[in-house]
Amino acid sequence: MAEVTEAVEKQKKQREPLFGKKNRKLISDPLDDSNPITVQVLGICSALAITVKLYPALIMSISVLFVMGVGNVVISLMRNVIPNRIRIIVQLVVVASLVILVDQVLKAYVYDVSKELSVFVGLIITNCIIMGRFEAFALANKPWKSFLDGVGNAFGYAWILLAVAFFRELLGSGALFGYQVIPDSWYLSNGGFYSNNGLMLLPPMALITVGIIIWVQRAKNTKLIEED
Amino acid sequence: MQDLVNIFVKSIFVENMIFAYFLGMCSYLAVSKKVSTGVGLGAAVIFVLGITVPVNYLLENYVLKEGALSWLGPQFAEVDLSFLSFIMFIAVIASMVQLVEMIVEKFAPALYGALGIFLPLIAVNCSILGGSLFMQERNYNSITEASVFGLGSGVGWFLAIVAIAAIREKIRYSNIPAPLRGLGITFIVTGLMGIAFMAFMGIKL
Repeated sequence: MAEVTEAVEKQKKQREPLFGKKNRKLISDPLDDSNPITVQVLGICSALAITVKLYPALIMSISVLFVMGVGNVVISLMRNVIPNRIRIIVQLVVVASLVILVDQVLKAYVYDVSKELSVFVGLIITNCIIMGRFEAFALANKPWKSFLDGVGNAFGYAWILLAVAFFRELLGSGALFGYQVIPDSWYLSNGGFYSNNGLMLLPPMALITVGIIIWVQRAKNTKLIEED
Repeated sequence: MQDLVNIFVKSIFVENMIFAYFLGMCSYLAVSKKVSTGVGLGAAVIFVLGITVPVNYLLENYVLKEGALSWLGPQFAEVDLSFLSFIMFIAVIASMVQLVEMIVEKFAPALYGALGIFLPLIAVNCSILGGSLFMQERNYNSITEASVFGLGSGVGWFLAIVAIAAIREKIRYSNIPAPLRGLGITFIVTGLMGIAFMAFMGIKL
């Protein structure tokens, strides 16, 4: 009996556990040390335009999570049969098909959000995070690892997106997920002292908010500071 | 004519790809350390946008849109292929970029030397696909309008990247707080430039 368990344990040791230390790092690294937005500078194109409110940002994050996770697995499964010269086209086709799926689902179930996101759902195709991770990771790693890497990077993208949207919606319209959080009686129109900052709703403030997030992150994590 | 000028000016200043929609930010941030490289990439973007938007316009209006296939015969009048537009647009863009690269290499080697490394990068520049998707969303009336929109967006992107590259060259001599150096300050400067560009909002010719 002891021999059997020993043999089983030996086998377990040879195979890396599903959530071993290395694999957990694949998920946790992109949240801070190699965050796709603030450190790798990928995927900013779509990250900023849809952060006026939390709800569309959440939908966008889920869409990216889906495309990244599935796309990374698909590319990783095909990594040995993709000719090197045409890999970009193959990657684009894989992403584009997944994004079409996402777009159709969004149109069917959350039509108003899909209208609000407008072209930015389509732009997930050229979201550099996705192509970047395909190139840098999925083409050289096994499916499970690629899946974790995709999910990790999507979470890294999502938390920046949600953080920006949180501040913009709170300061810009005094609400979170569309629910008013600042009491009505505070507003100037009701004799209070508070007024929403309309500037937060405009595109440039998204950039400045991300700039400040980068500032705070690098002040805490000094090894990310750039020399130049 | 006035319409065309209006579309052109609007796409450069009011609806600037970078400052109003953040499209093409990745290469904008990555390739803007020097003015000369910024000019190269900007020129390549104008070029590719000016070609792909009209081509995708034709594709949209004669193949993909609902009823667009009616030139094949009355039985096709109800066919709606618009769900295929993402994959078709990106295929057109990738192949056009490839084609443009080959043509430029053959007929204008000097230009190829200048644009060389930037052309392939452009296939995955969000502003190119974004240009086509905006064209689809805004329903331009004619191919001229679509091409003018494409060129205008390209020029707007060019202006933005050259401006930020010039600022980044100068900013190197400033004493910026260490955590803000590099990426952080670039974001904030771009935001401030965006606020300045908002002065153009509402301009109509």
